[in-house]
Amino acid sequence: MSELVIEKYKEKTDPEFIKKELIKKYPTKVARKRSKQIVVNKVDGDKNVPEVFANTRTIPGIITQRGCTYAGCKGVILGPTRDLVNIVHGPIGCSFYAWLTRRNQTRLTSEDDENYMTYCFSTDMQESDIVFGGEKKLKDAIQEAYDLFHPKAISIFSTCPVGLIGDDVHAVSREMKEKLGINVFGFSCEGYKGVSQSAGHHIANNGVFKHIIGEDDSIGDGEYRINLLGEYNIGGDGFEIDRILADCGISVVSTFSGNSTYDQFANSHTADLNTIMCHRSINYVAEMMEKKFGIPWIKINFIGAKATAKSLRKIAEYFGEEKLIKKVEEVIKKEMPYVDDVMSAARKKCEGKKAMLFVGGSRAHHYQELFKELGMETVSAGYEFGHRDDYEGRKVLPSIKIDADSRNIEELEVSKDPKRYKPRKTKEELKALTDQGFTFEAYDGMMSEMEQDSIIIDDLNHHETEVLINLCKPDIICAGIKEKYVVQKSGVPLKQLHSYDSGGPYAGFKGAINFYKDIDRMVNSKVWGYIKPPWESDPELSAKYAWE
Amino acid sequence: MRKIAIYGKGGIGKSTTTQNTVAGLSELGNKIMVVGCDPKADSTRLLLGGLAQNTVLDTLREEGEDVELDDIMRIGFNGVQCTESGGPEPGVGCAGRGIITSINLLEQLGAYSEDKDMDYVFYDVLGDVVCGGFAMPIREGKAEEIYIVVSGEMMAMYAANNICKGIVKFAESGGVKLGGLICNSRNVDFEKEMIEELAKKLGTQMIHFIPRDNVVQRAEINKKTVIEHEGENGQADEYRSLAKKIMENENFVVPSPIEIEELEELLIDYGLAG
Repeated sequence: MSELVIEKYKEKTDPEFIKKELIKKYPTKVARKRSKQIVVNKVDGDKNVPEVFANTRTIPGIITQRGCTYAGCKGVILGPTRDLVNIVHGPIGCSFYAWLTRRNQTRLTSEDDENYMTYCFSTDMQESDIVFGGEKKLKDAIQEAYDLFHPKAISIFSTCPVGLIGDDVHAVSREMKEKLGINVFGFSCEGYKGVSQSAGHHIANNGVFKHIIGEDDSIGDGEYRINLLGEYNIGGDGFEIDRILADCGISVVSTFSGNSTYDQFANSHTADLNTIMCHRSINYVAEMMEKKFGIPWIKINFIGAKATAKSLRKIAEYFGEEKLIKKVEEVIKKEMPYVDDVMSAARKKCEGKKAMLFVGGSRAHHYQELFKELGMETVSAGYEFGHRDDYEGRKVLPSIKIDADSRNIEELEVSKDPKRYKPRKTKEELKALTDQGFTFEAYDGMMSEMEQDSIIIDDLNHHETEVLINLCKPDIICAGIKEKYVVQKSGVPLKQLHSYDSGGPYAGFKGAINFYKDIDRMVNSKVWGYIKPPWESDPELSAKYAWE
Repeated sequence: MRKIAIYGKGGIGKSTTTQNTVAGLSELGNKIMVVGCDPKADSTRLLLGGLAQNTVLDTLREEGEDVELDDIMRIGFNGVQCTESGGPEPGVGCAGRGIITSINLLEQLGAYSEDKDMDYVFYDVLGDVVCGGFAMPIREGKAEEIYIVVSGEMMAMYAANNICKGIVKFAESGGVKLGGLICNSRNVDFEKEMIEELAKKLGTQMIHFIPRDNVVQRAEINKKTVIEHEGENGQADEYRSLAKKIMENENFVVPSPIEIEELEELLIDYGLAG
C-alpha cells in the first residue's frame, strides 16, 4: 500500500524526459514534427527563447483542440457584435454550432437598442442549392432579414460548401448593399481555409477594416479615447474592464468585439490609442489602423490584478497627463485591498500547486498572471492557434517563414489616408516616451515570461494530455470543452477558458477575485479523489481461484 | 440488364456515338434506357428529336420530393427510354453533386428495377472524370462496363488514359470493367493502327473504328440519329456493327494505364511528331 502511494506520487520532473514520453508512441514523421512543437523553455538575458514550430497543419488523426477558419471569423470576431445581422451561408449545423457558444455577453443601452445575438441566421442550404448554386437563396435570406429587422448592417459568412461550389458572396453582398442602402459585406471564411481558427481571425480583421472602420468620422465625447482590441466580453470580462476604465476617466470608443456595436467599429478610427488584449486574434486591425489613421497600439493585459494595474498605468503614461495618472493610482489604490484580501486567503491554500494552460492565442499566457498571484506555477502551457510571435515575441516576425497556408489569406495593402491620417503624438513625444522605456507595438510573447524548463506545447492533443497528466500530475488544467471531461475523468479539475464554464468575469480587479475563489474551490475540492472507486485502490475483500 | 457508361474527352462525339449505337441496339430488339449525365442535357436529343425534356434535377427542384418516374422519363426512337440528369448553368453550383443526386433519385424511383425488364442502360457522361460526381456512374456498381470514345488526337488519347486510371480506382470497389475503346475517327494519319496499339497497351481492344462522315452532321441538324435519318447509309451500318459488337462483347478488363512518356512515344512511333 505505501509503496503504491509512493509510486503514484513519484514524479518524473525532468522536462526532456517528459518530452520524450510525449512523442514516444508516434510514428517517426509525426514524432519529428511534434518534437519541434514541444519545446523545453530556456530564456536568456535578452529574452531569447527557443523556436516553436507553430501555426502549421494539424497532424491528421490527432485529436486536436483547434477549430476551423469559419469558427474564428464568425464565432470569435464578428459573433459578439449585437446589432450586426450575421447570416451564415451554408447548411444549418455550421450556424447553430457557432452560435453564442463562447458566452459573449452584451448589454443594451436602451430598450430600442438592437440585439441580434439571440437570433441564429442561416441560409440552411439544401442539396439543390449545392447543385444549382446558393446565390439566389442568399439574396432572399438577406432580403428577409432586412424586411424583418431593418438592421444597420448585414454580414455573410461562407461555410465550406460555399467555397466548393463557388458562390460569390461578395458580389451578392455588393448587389444587396446597393439595393437595400445598408452596409452588406461578406467573408470568404470557409472552414478549410487555414490551419486553424487563426486564419478566420485574420479574414475577419480584414473585413471589419475594409467594410466598417472609418465609416463614421464624428468625434465623440470623452477624454483619453482608446479602443480595446481583442477583448470578447466572455462571462462579462468586458463589463469589468469598462467599469475600471470609466472609473479612471478613460473613454472606450470601441471594443473589438465584446459588447460591441456596428457604430462603435465605424467610429473607432477616431480613438487616440489602440490597446491590444489578445494579440493573436486582432493585431492585424491595430497595424492597419496605425498605417491608415496614425493610431499607435500597445499591448496590455487585464487578466490578473497586477497586470490590470500595470496596463492602466501604461495607458496613463501614454497620455502623460497628471490628472489621469493620479486618477489611475487612486483607482488601483481603491481596488487592491479587496483583491489582496481574497488573494492572500486563497494563496494560503493554493500556493505550490501546479497549473497547465492549453488555450487560445493569448489566454494561455495571460492567465499565468492570475496563477502567479495565487502562488501557483504554470509548468506547461501552449496555444491552440498561436503563431511564433505569440510564443517567442514579435522580434521573431521577420524570421517567420510565410508558407502556402498563410499565403492563402489575403494581406490588405494599406496606406496613409490622405485626409484622415493624423499622428496622435509628435515625433518628440514618441521619443520621450520610448526613452522612458515605453514600448509601442511590442509583445514579448509567452515564453520569456515563463520559468526555465517549463514545457511549451503547441496544438496539444488528447494523447499528450493523458501522458502529461500521468507524468506531471497537475492540480488544474485550463483548456476548452473538448478537453474538459477527458481531463476530469483522470481526476484533475479543468477550467474552461473559452467559456469560463458558468463563471466569470475573470478580467480586471473583481474578475481576479472571482478567479481566486473559483480556482481555490477547484484545486482544493476533495471530489477529485473519488474518481477512482474505493474498491479499486482498497478492496475490502479479495479472493483467488482455487487452482491458482 | 447490362449497365454501360460511355466516357471520353469533351467534344469527342460521345453523345452522337452513344445514341447511334443505342438506335442500332434497339433495332436488334433490345429494351434500352439512356441516362444523360451532362448538365447541358443534350445526351438524348437525337433519340427524342429535340431537347424538350424535363431534367431530373429541374423536376426535383420544381416539384420537391414528389417526383414520379414519368415526369422525367420520355420515350424516344424505337421505344428507347430517355432521361437527362441536367444540372446548373455553367460556372454555378456543383454539377458533379447533381449527377450523384439524380442517379440516386432514378434508383429510388425504381428506374432500374427488375420488372422494367430492361436489357441495357447507358450512361453518357460529360468529358473527363474531373471529380467525384462524374465518377458516380462507375462507382458502387452503377455501371459495370465502360467504353471510351477516343480519336487519334493526342489529347483524346491522353483523356482516355486518365479515364482508365479512374476505372482502375473503382474496379476494386465497384467491380467496373473496361469493354474497349471506340475510335471516332478524326482522320488522323494511321489513326486505326495507333488506337489499336493504344488499346493493346491499356490491356483492352479497339472494339470498333467509326470512319468520319458528313452524314452524321446532317442527321444531327435534323435532330435524328443516322440510323433514323438515313438508315440506308453506310455510316448507319457502322453504328449497327458497333452495336452488334457490344452485344457480343466478352472482353472485359481492368485496364493498365500508361505513363505520359509512353503515350508520347506511341505518337512518335506512328510518325506524328513530323
